[in-house]
Amino acid sequence: MATRVFVPADTTAASVGADRVAAAIAAEAERRGENIELVRNGSRGMFWLEPLVEVQSDIGRLAYGPVTKADVAGLFDAGFLKGGAHPLGLGLTGEIPYFKNQQRLTFARVGLIDPLSITEYEANGGLAGLRKAVAVAPVQIVDDVKASGLRGRGGAAFPTGLKWQTVLNTPADQKYIVCNADEGDSGTFADRMLMEGDPYSLIEGMVIAGLGVGATQGHIYLRSEYPRCWKVLNEAIERAREFGMLGDNILDSGKAFELEVRLGAGSYVCGEETALLESLEGKRGEVRAKPPVPAISGLFGKPTVVNNVITLASVPIILGCGPAFYHDYGMGRSRGTLTLQLAGNIKYPGMIERAFGLTLKELLYDYGGGSASGRPLRAVQAGGPLGAYIPVEDFDMPLDYEAFMERGAMIGHGGVVAFDDTVDMLKMARFAMEFCAEESCGKCTPCRIGAVRGVEVIDRIKAGTEPEKNLQLLESLCDTMQYGSLCAMGGMTPYPVVSALKHFPEDFGLKENHNPEN
Amino acid sequence: MTYDTNRIEAIIDAHRHRPGATLPILHDIQEAVGYVPEESIPIIADALNLSRAEIYGAVTYYSDFRMQPAGRHIVQVCRGEACQAKGGCDLEEHAKRSLGVDFHETTRDREITLEPVFCLGNCACSPSMRVGDEIFGRVDEVTFDEVIRDLKSNRGAN
Repeated sequence: MATRVFVPADTTAASVGADRVAAAIAAEAERRGENIELVRNGSRGMFWLEPLVEVQSDIGRLAYGPVTKADVAGLFDAGFLKGGAHPLGLGLTGEIPYFKNQQRLTFARVGLIDPLSITEYEANGGLAGLRKAVAVAPVQIVDDVKASGLRGRGGAAFPTGLKWQTVLNTPADQKYIVCNADEGDSGTFADRMLMEGDPYSLIEGMVIAGLGVGATQGHIYLRSEYPRCWKVLNEAIERAREFGMLGDNILDSGKAFELEVRLGAGSYVCGEETALLESLEGKRGEVRAKPPVPAISGLFGKPTVVNNVITLASVPIILGCGPAFYHDYGMGRSRGTLTLQLAGNIKYPGMIERAFGLTLKELLYDYGGGSASGRPLRAVQAGGPLGAYIPVEDFDMPLDYEAFMERGAMIGHGGVVAFDDTVDMLKMARFAMEFCAEESCGKCTPCRIGAVRGVEVIDRIKAGTEPEKNLQLLESLCDTMQYGSLCAMGGMTPYPVVSALKHFPEDFGLKENHNPEN
Repeated sequence: MTYDTNRIEAIIDAHRHRPGATLPILHDIQEAVGYVPEESIPIIADALNLSRAEIYGAVTYYSDFRMQPAGRHIVQVCRGEACQAKGGCDLEEHAKRSLGVDFHETTRDREITLEPVFCLGNCACSPSMRVGDEIFGRVDEVTFDEVIRDLKSNRGAN
């Protein structure tokens, strides 16, 4: 029997040579007459070990990494196909503490299976949710999602079931399910990993959403920065259609749902749901004023569910294992698991799925191992480019939506970017404004003009031009942007700026503790 | 004119029945021609029953679309915070200096157009860059130079 060898086809694994390693393994096996089956799986999310090669053995999957093309012949010499010892050997993948100490629900199959094999998908728990969904009334689906406590994982944390209920209750000749796969926050990659590593879970989640609210058409709005996802999703949709997961007769239920992927075009603000809908309609990605909310008037003016990738991909578990199973994870009003993405200046970067409640400190040191540079960590930015900078003193914060909000921070999509003590926080604050100026859709003035003025004001502070006066001006500008902008782009750009100023006043040339509230 | 107008018509025909067809059409035209020619705008507008201003507005809004030809390769360097935390700013500077261009500019030999990008989702192996559909992680000055050298020497690539 052929030995199964796994080499991730994940973007990040490939970015550090996984495709070359896979080709070298195939060639070396051929040369030596070894019978192998090469599987291009998703990533296990331990990126400092990528490319991570795994071999199926009697006792489980054995890991070797990080493997380079030059290591391949040596691995064969060491008999890695039989689990032979090698300096890159890591033992059983499932026993690596970083991986073992996770609670993988949404990511249960990512890295485990051949992403495009429906057979493997089903053998590992896939389709259980959809089988239940086709057999029950729509309202039962919505009730299950409500009871699970699932909240939107894209950043806003809005209760998913409530959104679905609104769409279900709004009569229309056509309704839509839109998946927001415009994962633009720096430091986030969970959506990408899931779409590349387990695309059917997203497809299944979207079909269930369609059955739940009475929508027959779905769109995945994918950012153009994800070329591998584009290929995987299109292939997966085609296979799902052939299998009967999509089409006019889903799992022989007589119910219908169609799905297509649309490509974005490099606009960050299109990750905002109303700008995304404009873009799907073929227009400039300008934000719409709310109300009406998309659940009532969304794509082409029809009731539309807009949910993030992880939100939708979590739905099959809720249906399949029951809402109580999912609700049992988490703390307070943050139920289920959070997919954390640890990046930046960190020794062990990766994707960690855990129930809500882990502290930042545990995440950064127990998982992350501190900085990659070996210098002390100074700050992290959580929640993407619009998220606050959090100083070391606040690392005891539990990862919980409400706990973060209390301290003026946000979890957002779960990205945490670490910086060591060489970071210049004035520069980071300036970058936040520069990014907003670059990416603003231009519809509202506080964001469009405010961001440009913000860069100028910070430059004057840096140059030492009337610093006190300009700091006051910066605070006033941030206040205007925060309360006067139409969407989170302008409304939250002040978060990184104000938090940088509050926690790191010395970087702005201020000696004493500077309190922006005074 | 160095492109085939029939090709553009064919692309438009393939998508015109789809609701909100503008972006798929623009993507395909850019893929086929390398940019979105000004002359194609009234044709798209006509086919979709939209105004030229609406199509022009979309082309100029999205940073992916260009109305002028780029160099033979587009090299994108990530400017996201996760890349900055690992020396991304130095990489940006190195890219500009070694190619002798600023962002949005093309080298004199028309080989490389340098563009910024705000996050490639490759944040766990930052800093990152992209050429065509290939993404590179843990990029330092040496690997950047290697990638550029390979692009320039391998004239048949992409």
